Amino acid sequence: MSRPIKFSLVPILALLLAGCSSDVISPAGDIAMQQRDLIIIATALMLLIIIPVMVLVVLFARKYREGNKAAKYEPDWDHSTHLELVIWAAPLAIIICLGAVTWVSTHLLDPYRELGRIAPGQPVAAQVEPLEVEVVALDWKWMFIYPQYDLATVNELVVPVDRPISFKLTSSTVMNSFYIPAMAGMIYAMPGMQTRLHAVINVPGEYKGIAAHYSGHGFSGMHFVTKGVSDSEFDAWVADVKASPDMLDRNRYLDVAKPSEHVPVMHFAGVESGLYTAVVNMCVERDKMCVSEMMSIDAQGGLGHAGVDNLAPALYGGGEKNRAPFGPQKTYVAAICSTDEAIAMTGKLPAIAAPDSTPLLGRGLSRSEAIATVNQPALAWLAGKIASLETIAAEAL
Amino acid sequence: MTNEFWSFIFGRLTWDVLPLHEPIVVVTFIVVALAGLAVVGALTYFKLWGYLWTEWFTSVDHKKVGIMYMVLGLIMLLRGFADALMMRLQQAMAFNGSEGYLNAHHYDQLFSVHGVIMIFFVAMPLITGFMNYVVPLQIGARDVSFPFLNNFSFWMTAGGAVLIMASLFVGEFAQTGWLAFPPLSGIEQSPASGVDYYIWALQIAGVGTTLSGVNLIATIIKMRAPGMTLMKMPVFTWTSLCTNVLIVASFPILTAVLTLLALDRYVGTNFFTSDFGGSSMMYINLIWIWGHPEVYILILPAFGIFSEVASTFSGKRLFGYTSMVYATVVITVLSYLVWLHHFFTMGSGASVNSFFGITTMIISIPTGAKIFNWLFTMYKGRIRFELPMMWLIAFMLTFSIGGMTGVLLAVPPADFVLHNSLFLVAHFHNVIIGGVLFGIFAGINYWWPKAFGYKLNQFWGKISFWLWNVGFWLAFGPLYVLGLMGVTRRLRTFDDPSLQIWFIIAGIGALVIAGGIAAMAIQFAVSILGKNKEWDTTGDPWNGRTLEWATSSPPPQYNFAFTPVIHDNDAWADMKKHHAQQPTKDFLEIHMPRNTGTGVILAALSVVLGFALIWYMWWLAILSFVGIIGAAIIHTFNYDRDYHIPVEAIAEVEDRRMRLLSGAQ
Repeated sequence: MSRPIKFSLVPILALLLAGCSSDVISPAGDIAMQQRDLIIIATALMLLIIIPVMVLVVLFARKYREGNKAAKYEPDWDHSTHLELVIWAAPLAIIICLGAVTWVSTHLLDPYRELGRIAPGQPVAAQVEPLEVEVVALDWKWMFIYPQYDLATVNELVVPVDRPISFKLTSSTVMNSFYIPAMAGMIYAMPGMQTRLHAVINVPGEYKGIAAHYSGHGFSGMHFVTKGVSDSEFDAWVADVKASPDMLDRNRYLDVAKPSEHVPVMHFAGVESGLYTAVVNMCVERDKMCVSEMMSIDAQGGLGHAGVDNLAPALYGGGEKNRAPFGPQKTYVAAICSTDEAIAMTGKLPAIAAPDSTPLLGRGLSRSEAIATVNQPALAWLAGKIASLETIAAEAL
Repeated sequence: MTNEFWSFIFGRLTWDVLPLHEPIVVVTFIVVALAGLAVVGALTYFKLWGYLWTEWFTSVDHKKVGIMYMVLGLIMLLRGFADALMMRLQQAMAFNGSEGYLNAHHYDQLFSVHGVIMIFFVAMPLITGFMNYVVPLQIGARDVSFPFLNNFSFWMTAGGAVLIMASLFVGEFAQTGWLAFPPLSGIEQSPASGVDYYIWALQIAGVGTTLSGVNLIATIIKMRAPGMTLMKMPVFTWTSLCTNVLIVASFPILTAVLTLLALDRYVGTNFFTSDFGGSSMMYINLIWIWGHPEVYILILPAFGIFSEVASTFSGKRLFGYTSMVYATVVITVLSYLVWLHHFFTMGSGASVNSFFGITTMIISIPTGAKIFNWLFTMYKGRIRFELPMMWLIAFMLTFSIGGMTGVLLAVPPADFVLHNSLFLVAHFHNVIIGGVLFGIFAGINYWWPKAFGYKLNQFWGKISFWLWNVGFWLAFGPLYVLGLMGVTRRLRTFDDPSLQIWFIIAGIGALVIAGGIAAMAIQFAVSILGKNKEWDTTGDPWNGRTLEWATSSPPPQYNFAFTPVIHDNDAWADMKKHHAQQPTKDFLEIHMPRNTGTGVILAALSVVLGFALIWYMWWLAILSFVGIIGAAIIHTFNYDRDYHIPVEAIAEVEDRRMRLLSGAQ
């Protein structure tokens, strides 16, 4: 019976062997380091119970084998309150410890939490401004926008060591997961949504960055280089990117976003203002209404039936291609991009009664009048927006 | 004929969708077709069609349905494992700029179909097969509550398997991973037939699974022999009850979420799209609210099998029966409170993540208690190292490691670095192979003599055992290591050449497992065809403790001539202890359900319906749907549903058994 034991030790031994070359076991960033420590603590805690159990399995299997007539045989012994207490209490004790560790570490290492330190005993200095990086998972490459430096890259992330990094992440089409094993754990990047990650790299060097969630055919080639560099090297790199002739405006973005595989590093010397926000809100194309605008309108009561008046036939994502067989024509919500259009829309509004959402109480019972004006705030908001647009237009003229 | 006519008839099914450009698939098709023709030819030559139809396909006998489930699961295991071998080979090859031998289109289907087949069409049928075969025998019943429904459930599961197999040769399978997360699985990103195969295969099989869950719950609740209170039920029956409660409570969620996905794909709704108010996060939550209980649906019956094996081969009562039952029930309830641990990395926030992390860890407490219970069942026992017992020991050692890595993954910050990595892949194979599959193998070796009247060959069984155990660690040990090196799953090519050695070791491990499967096939063949069978004339080859060993091997059609009366949770051990005598006369007629082909017909029509929906052949979809409703209505007018086994026939069977028994003693 010793063979299974031997083989069950293989991964543990291998784990030790792998220690020298492994990003997870010997990371370069404080967050990943704490996550590594946590893995070791949790494993040690559990081995406290796993090892005795495994040893006992082998010992009992050997001692109480049929051939060993010397061993006690009690065929009807099937209960012991003391043993039962131990059986339930021992795992419970381990889990209480591990649960406490989990609660604390999950809060301390929450990817949304701003860093308090860059290394053990090295709190973040008050004057240090975290490096902001906006990450977009594209098919099938990663885009990094540095808003503080007004530059962007594809498939190359360069960060100064010991400076906290604050990532904002989103995706263009499908879900993905952003993962630099040497720096910190992964976080999903999802279309139309934003996730956050805070981390730091402490050791200069080149690390691999990967897409950790399957995202389609080009997935295997969707990785990038992460470089931890000194401040001066970072400045030199910024200058280098700034010298690139390429600029990232909306059209260039849409061009880059088209599916492609094994994309080489790209540098953009400038980024159109608000591009990342537009990506998150799925309105890089200027004629699409941003999700934030829709949510704002909806939060104020919605436009009622008029809300479907600005659906335009889809021109993107292959247009009529990939349409559900019984689905409606593919559409998108058109942005209210000109004053005339907005006025035309609001002009139609009074003609459409707001949906009456009061419950029918019975025959002959009248409804509350107040409900009929439910979309008033939305109309007011829209009127305000139009007014400001008109002002801007007037100023521009 | 115009194009419009043909596209009306065949929908989007054209010659182009046949994977003629994929030589691997073409060769596979030729091999499968030849093998299929050989089987069909042999069946025709030996005039076995009639026998199969009347004795097996249309049978409502829970024992035969159970065996058919097992056969389905084992056949699909070969398919799922072939996919695994291909993936291992690709990953071992694709280094240093090599693309390997599989393109992305093929490889991405492989890992998706491997997961779907192994969970839905291997593990589920094998587990359901055991529950079908053993539960009625263990509770002293003559069949399940709804025998026709049972046959129908099996054929629906088989129908789903047929659709999955069809996707290999007609069109393609999903390239989305085994849970088909949107937006990738939406019509926009995956317009081809793959995700539709996924949806309809699972929907059809899901009908079978849900109904079989209802059936087994009713059976366990209503059909126990007199005296068998809930707390006197054998542990396997207990775990089966909990599993079926989980099935009935969770499979409707899967059905609903796949229906919503189908609506998105067919009528253009926006439940899971990125715009128009849809949310893919909703899908991920819903599918894991089904998906996590599913894990326990698979493992609980395996725990039950191990409980039976532990007490039988230790020659001892199960230690801590009551705490075993409570542990099972606690796991059942808790399995609904942990789903979010499958996506800690979605950014739910620290408090939510901690909650689900800690609930997950709490599950390890009852599970740990179970391990201790098996351990103390061995304590002061007389352990016979027959094959089932060997699998139990291997399980306890393997599963402990798998459980430990599972709890590690439940710590959210640790999960952030290990999620979607090969460490995760190693973990769930560790618990599913080391837990579920080892349990199934223990069960096959344990109950085979009951089902067929002779023991399985020990020699090949042991070879299979060692190959599986060694192969398992060779194949998945390296994946643990790779996971700790930050290597994630589902990758087709690799840049870092230092990783290759680990993939080669894993590939060798997969080959060793292939040897284990081959040895198992030889074990079956030698046992079935061999001349020197270890016949079991007593019906109780292992000195068993529960009721299934009280009847003959194989049991008569009606299981028990007289319904036994139960006084102890080890009912049969109790009877043996008190030298209970089986009555040999005064038999009464036994009321039995009659076979029916309706299950086969309904499932076949469902396959046609699924196929028509996948290929947009709307006329055929409508026709087959009407056919299903019609066939179901016609079946309700079939009043020739039951018959009585005459007393003489029973007396004859029982006399033969008595003669065998006295000869054996």
